Amino acid sequence: MKIHEYQAKEILRKYGVPVPGGEMAMTIEQAETAAKSLFSAGNAAVVVKAQIHAGGRGKGGGVKVVKTLDDAVARSKDILGMQLVTHQTGPAGQKVQRLLIEEGSAIDRELYLGLVLDRASAKIVFMASQSGGMEIEEVAHATPELIYKEYIEPAVGFQPYQARRLAFKLGLLPTQINDAVKFMTGLYKAFVDTDSTLMEINPFITTKDGKLLALDCKINFDDNAMFRHKDLKELRDLAEEDPLEVEASKYALNYIKLDGSIACMVNGAGLAMATMDIIEYAGGKAANFLDVGGGANQEQIENAFGILLSDKNVKAIFINIFGGILRVDVLATAVVAAAKKLNVQLPIILRLEGTNVEEGRKILAESGLKFEVGATMKEAADLAVAAAKG
Amino acid sequence: MAVLVDKNTRLIVQGITGREGTFHAKGCSEYSKQFGYDIVVGGVTPGKGGTTHEGWPVFNTVEEAVNATGANATVIFVPPPFAADGILEAAASDIPLVICITEGIPTLDMVKVWEIVKSSKSTLIGPNCPGVISPGKAKIGIMPGRIHKEGSVGIVSKSGTLTYEAVYQLTTRGIGQSTAIGIGGDPIIGTTHIDALKLLNEDPETEAIIMIGEIGGSAEEAAAKYIAEFVKKPVVGFIAGQTAPPGRRMGHAGAIISGGEGTAAEKMKAMEAAGIHVVKSPAEIGEAMARVLGKG
Repeated sequence: MKIHEYQAKEILRKYGVPVPGGEMAMTIEQAETAAKSLFSAGNAAVVVKAQIHAGGRGKGGGVKVVKTLDDAVARSKDILGMQLVTHQTGPAGQKVQRLLIEEGSAIDRELYLGLVLDRASAKIVFMASQSGGMEIEEVAHATPELIYKEYIEPAVGFQPYQARRLAFKLGLLPTQINDAVKFMTGLYKAFVDTDSTLMEINPFITTKDGKLLALDCKINFDDNAMFRHKDLKELRDLAEEDPLEVEASKYALNYIKLDGSIACMVNGAGLAMATMDIIEYAGGKAANFLDVGGGANQEQIENAFGILLSDKNVKAIFINIFGGILRVDVLATAVVAAAKKLNVQLPIILRLEGTNVEEGRKILAESGLKFEVGATMKEAADLAVAAAKG
Repeated sequence: MAVLVDKNTRLIVQGITGREGTFHAKGCSEYSKQFGYDIVVGGVTPGKGGTTHEGWPVFNTVEEAVNATGANATVIFVPPPFAADGILEAAASDIPLVICITEGIPTLDMVKVWEIVKSSKSTLIGPNCPGVISPGKAKIGIMPGRIHKEGSVGIVSKSGTLTYEAVYQLTTRGIGQSTAIGIGGDPIIGTTHIDALKLLNEDPETEAIIMIGEIGGSAEEAAAKYIAEFVKKPVVGFIAGQTAPPGRRMGHAGAIISGGEGTAAEKMKAMEAAGIHVVKSPAEIGEAMARVLGKG
């Protein structure tokens, strides 16, 4: 689960990690009030920052530094409501519906701090780099030796000596080391307490007067752990997510919207990915990823059809089911009932295999509905591509 | 001889009185009964010790169950909030094989568990996996036994249904399997591709191996290196998620391309460089294995 920068900074504040003062605004009036109070508190500069769930906001024109209240209002008007396009949003961009109005900082150095899971060692790794403000992936690619890492033993947690090692490698001043240890320890504690999977401070800055500050912050939470974080769950901003994905999540369907024309309904995540792959080899493009799970019943198939049919790009539906525990005849009955009930008009191509497949095919043939059945996954993919091209 | 699971397996089920636990305890039991024995010897549900469930004795703790039944394997069907605790309890009882089917365990729970399990006497398979089957001998897990056939192809895979798919393609071509190991789709798993490959490589009954991976992490790249160096048996490989968009979690908690790492293209390149017969289409796994074995 992703959250906004301003929400992430509120979490950091609770853990004693210094962040610039600021306020979230959803209207120009709120933005003006926030900017006014920052200027009257003596700030020479204020930053207007677009809040969307994607990186690269500055380059896309979503972050502006202003020196006057008039400018703050003007820039807020520019940014609020704009379609912000970054390398992470795709060409359509993401509509900006929230701003963070924040005090400007006198930046001395821009550094990077990050916490992430290292799968190979099964440990959380604390990363630091002197190349703040850059995409860490680029740094990792070009100069991996300039990313400093500390692997954290889960039994004892992040240790002060590890923070000191990172701080000295970042070239922080002796007078900044104690603050850096507090800063990093706070981050680690926040990471663990919130069941995060990623926490990035980019840039992590030193100011001209020697202070340390989290100028930006990105946090992702572990979806699997949200059952024990009711408060964090409320930070979810549905406006940032695809409406069909939000709808699918209500039915516990594992659905991801893509931009092709062949809708897929599959059981199992691996087979669902493989189905997208085989559609591409057949010359088409999948409209979605959808795993209906191993225990799909008629209701769940109906819900799935409902989601797939709401995608206006869809020209054909490809159902690829391997019946293991889930018997093919049971599934075929559910598909027929759901298709009849929802009066599905689009071509439906099925590929069914596994337990009771003969009975399943018979149910489809006798349904009176026009299903096309592919004998193999490859043949069904070809049929689906042909049907989508119509 | 196969690996991990065979006629000598004595299995307990953690969460045996639950719906899933009951259903699959019966499945594992019935599968082995076809061959004249029952591998399931009991189960664990805290608070229900001393009772019987579907004829099996139920114990309060794994320790009690192991002592009373001589179990050498456990399968975990405990809900996600309690599953990590279930794994730790199993490892604390020195039971040699722990298979965790549960999907949805918080990652930080697994970070804590992993270190402890590694230094224990237990081998953990999963979590978020279908389990392990040695066709013609025994199965521990949720896979459909019927589609399998006893033979000499070993399988290691992150994905459940995709494994069934590969098995089915083999069986319908008359090619049997020695052991199919579902290692699971989570970012942190007890047995990795390399661990499973080692077992299959050392198993005299396994003549060839199918390795199925998916996007996310770099375990397949590491496995490819291992194969290049140590595995002389032919390997057929497939990676799911070649068309998956970056930054999106594709169903499995571990299936995500992030920071440019974990793409299918990188994995396939590393696997090809290691001499693995990589197929691009999931429909070609069986065919490729038949060719490799000279049966195509």
